[in-house]
Amino acid sequence: MRLVRLTDQDRPEIRFVFEGQEVTARAGDTLLTAILAGDGGFLRTSEFGDGPRAGFCLMGACQDCRVFVEGQGRVRACTTPCAPGLRVRRA
Amino acid sequence: MRVAVVGAGPAGVRAVGQLVRAGLHPLWIDEAPDGGGRIYQRPPPGFRRSPQALYGLEARKATALHAALDALKPRADWRPDTLVWNIATHPGRLNLMRDGVATEQGFDAAILCTGAMDRVVPVPGWTRPGVTTLGAAQIALKAQGCAIGQRVALVGSGPLLWLVAYQYLRAGAGLAAVLDTTPFRRKLQALRGLPHDPATLAKGLFYVTRLRAAGIPVAEGATPLAIEGEAPDVVAALRWRDAAGREHRLECDAVGLGWGVRPELQLADLAGVPIGFDPVQHNWVPQRDLTGRTPVAGIYLAGDGAGIGGAAVAELAGARAAQALLADAGLPVDTALVARLERRLLRQARFRTALERAFPFPAHLAAAMPDETILCRCESVTAGELRAAAAPDGPHGASPEVNRAKAFTRIGMGRCQGRVCGAAAAEVLAARLGCDTAAIGRLRGQPPVKPLPIPQPEAAP
Ligand code: FES
Repeated sequence: MRLVRLTDQDRPEIRFVFEGQEVTARAGDTLLTAILAGDGGFLRTSEFGDGPRAGFCLMGACQDCRVFVEGQGRVRACTTPCAPGLRVRRA
Repeated sequence: MRVAVVGAGPAGVRAVGQLVRAGLHPLWIDEAPDGGGRIYQRPPPGFRRSPQALYGLEARKATALHAALDALKPRADWRPDTLVWNIATHPGRLNLMRDGVATEQGFDAAILCTGAMDRVVPVPGWTRPGVTTLGAAQIALKAQGCAIGQRVALVGSGPLLWLVAYQYLRAGAGLAAVLDTTPFRRKLQALRGLPHDPATLAKGLFYVTRLRAAGIPVAEGATPLAIEGEAPDVVAALRWRDAAGREHRLECDAVGLGWGVRPELQLADLAGVPIGFDPVQHNWVPQRDLTGRTPVAGIYLAGDGAGIGGAAVAELAGARAAQALLADAGLPVDTALVARLERRLLRQARFRTALERAFPFPAHLAAAMPDETILCRCESVTAGELRAAAAPDGPHGASPEVNRAKAFTRIGMGRCQGRVCGAAAAEVLAARLGCDTAAIGRLRGQPPVKPLPIPQPEAAP
């Protein structure tokens, strides 16, 4: 999936790493926004083999958006702010 | 006296306002960084849209609530970014987690204002990236300035469906269609009760009219059939059936789904408040009276977490619950305010009943879910697996109750604790067993109410 940046997007650019690739996001993005508004496509693969997932509720309730951040462990992408230099992988 | 308020949405803010006014200094905890709840969530620093752009017709209310919230923070023991993951009573104790650090806080009385989340019915393909709740579609726009796709289909029923559609339209997002599963006839019948709150009715009509005028395809009495796409991480189309029985394929790259909301009642449950089935809301709700008192001494409830009433009711109920707490503590009570709050709460309750009748939970859609549909997205349990495990002639004999079915199928055992699938799972089970939804029971809450961070970050491979 790809989120579409519509409004309120003139915020400073920040860079982080997703799956080994440098990605440009904006200060104030959540990790979910930062990944899915770029080419990230999805956040994790279901451990039961039923395909990729990219979150569902965006309010910290469904736990479907978890990603792995170096130094932080598994976090919810929808409630975790993106920050410069983060190294993020799919969980 | 140690008083705690959990939540800083409309109910929590108004509760704290009354407590502070009475000279108390409550512990005030919210999971979000900046309070406001879901409805009045603020974007992070650096976003610059006006309240009008963010909250539309609710801008005035949002601004007033934010002003109250910001004024109250320094007058309370304000703990943002903090999860309450467990609660105990007699003696009162809250387990908190902030930035990976766990702490414990005692309390003598607590007002729980834990809010609500979207109520969904799984549709085949709903786990695909690109499918979110209606609430999520709204949060993407409000808190991040993003749409969930280029061509978004919104499906469900209730006031949020039309509100999100209108907000997307205004923000210039691409809308493929708005599909309301409630038949027009049903809404018309229930409209008779709605004039109790003409403002809300007028808002709803305003949204629908603007969408139609903008040429957005709108359907009523629609049935979603499947969300499809070639690659597994995209959405390409929504198949649906119209009220006349014709099938359609709607091209879209994202879908927002939602059928009203359900209370986040895990903390009330853990505090020992009895939970009952409300047939009008078609939700499990904690037991409390008009004042916010529960059968558990020292525990008060307000806002959507205490049964769905919406933001206006939440503000009234938060203030009312705080007054109840003050009265029970032997502190002075504002009797004129209490009378005014109760009058307005009663009027709102009549309106709410009409609204629930206008937009009933589509239990039939959930019950008719195809066997291969993933019902529990945490544990990947299909509707068919639940039906098979629960059947009277199944391997375990009938599961007359949802917690038994959970033990056999792992349904609702995942990280969301059944928040997402619980409502639909109960309908699947009730239909299979031919009994009432109320008789199926509900998935019990367990601490921690949300997964806690792993203390030792795993090493990178
Ligand atoms: S998307 Fe549901 S918890 Fe993040």
